[in-house]
Amino acid sequence: MSLARRALLALLPFAALALAMPAAAEDKFIVVSSTTSTQDSGLFGHILPLFKAKTGIEVRVVAQGTGQALDTGRRGDADVVFVHDKVAEEKFVAEGFGIDRREVMYNDFVLIGPKFDTAKVMGSKDIAASLKKIADAKAPFASRGDKSGTHAAELRLWKIAGLDIATAKGPWYRETGQGMGPTLNIAAAMNAYLIADRGTWLSFKNRADLVVVVEGDQRLFNQYGVMLVNPAKHPHVKQERGMAFINWLTSPEGQRDIANYKINGEQLFFPNYRRAGS
Amino acid sequence: MTDVGAAFMAAIGLIAGLDAPLIEIVALSLQISLSAVAIACILGLPLGAAVTLGRFRFRHSAIVTLNALMGLPPVVVGLFVYLMLSRAGPLGALGLLFTPPAMIIAQAILITPIIAALSRQIIEDAWIEYEEQLRSLGAPPRRAVWTLIWDTRFSLVTVVLAGFGRAAAEVGAVIIVGGNIDGVTRVMTTAIALETSKGDLPLALGLGIILMALVLAANAAAYTLKEAAQRRFG
Repeated sequence: MSLARRALLALLPFAALALAMPAAAEDKFIVVSSTTSTQDSGLFGHILPLFKAKTGIEVRVVAQGTGQALDTGRRGDADVVFVHDKVAEEKFVAEGFGIDRREVMYNDFVLIGPKFDTAKVMGSKDIAASLKKIADAKAPFASRGDKSGTHAAELRLWKIAGLDIATAKGPWYRETGQGMGPTLNIAAAMNAYLIADRGTWLSFKNRADLVVVVEGDQRLFNQYGVMLVNPAKHPHVKQERGMAFINWLTSPEGQRDIANYKINGEQLFFPNYRRAGS
Repeated sequence: MTDVGAAFMAAIGLIAGLDAPLIEIVALSLQISLSAVAIACILGLPLGAAVTLGRFRFRHSAIVTLNALMGLPPVVVGLFVYLMLSRAGPLGALGLLFTPPAMIIAQAILITPIIAALSRQIIEDAWIEYEEQLRSLGAPPRRAVWTLIWDTRFSLVTVVLAGFGRAAAEVGAVIIVGGNIDGVTRVMTTAIALETSKGDLPLALGLGIILMALVLAANAAAYTLKEAAQRRFG
């Protein structure tokens, strides 16, 4: 085999790779690491086309749990992070990985459970007392167990209920280690209780016997925040386009479009950006 | 039963509607898996032949390793490629994470050992058969490699199909390195995972049925081609 042929053969894999690249990659995009709740609920499917129509910027969403989404930002693999765990977000900013954090919108968590309600908590407005009852009854409970925003919220709620879940948990408490959707699927299959964000719940189809059993407690409030990955740490971050997205989300127009997203007439997210003191 | 029935209805609905996003997803799946198979063949076939014919010290260990690597867990490959391509990783400057080329790289790593290990077995069997003949012709080993690959080409088609099947079916690696971004890195398997997580099980299974139909079609095409070629040149 001639040298030229061999060189050609050696180059082939790279040629194949080059061919597979999107033709003359249109560079006008940003990568946003966000949570499964914003994607699975269909919010992004509603607002991103509106943002693209206005600015021409394509938003590529990688949907992960909040913990993983922040880590993606920390590694510099995203331009913008859009998640829901205020404590973890503020730590992310304090460590210098993110800048210009803004609160964008909220929805709430709900306690989901089987409609025959083994732990007798239906209709309660007190999430702490309800969780206590579930633990006392040792009724099956499905936890995300994945360091997501919802998981962090659940752990906070157990603490408010006066339970140290690390020691209190038994066979009734099952950590799925998966996203909101898969955890809902598992809970539906074993009639377990679980904490879910309302957005994912409303758009979730495989409900089986699950219904909302507890809602409306102030402690179930779920705040979403957005921030730019710090360009000082990661110089390749698309600062201008990333900020365009953040500015749009917090503009009257973006806030209105978030409010307009509804499933069966029910609003999923409530915009609450405040310019000062946010 | 009703769910499975609904899945078939969903599959038929999707196909009949020639749903544009679906076509995009199918095209991307094929593009990625076929590219990965091409790369894996370019690397794996000569590697398989080299292990067959090479007379080096750790040949037996090489064979065992190659065979063991057929069982590479996709999620581990995905994680490895993720760490390599991440901005914080050694190849971060290429900016390939969350793009189709990253998915091709991951799948190529996953199936190269399959192509190499299976082709080694086939080429070795042929070598046992032709060894004397090739030696008597005084063919240098490198020449013999190409002769053997060429002579076993019809059997190697099955090897390539095994690689393609694995690539098209895996989700663990591509969902990590691709990120399952709508319209950019969403392929059949990651779309199935997404619909499952949304609880739309009939749609997820419907997509699965389409994926299986595609793999079946690819196999049928390869088989027909092989039969025709065998009749003509065999």
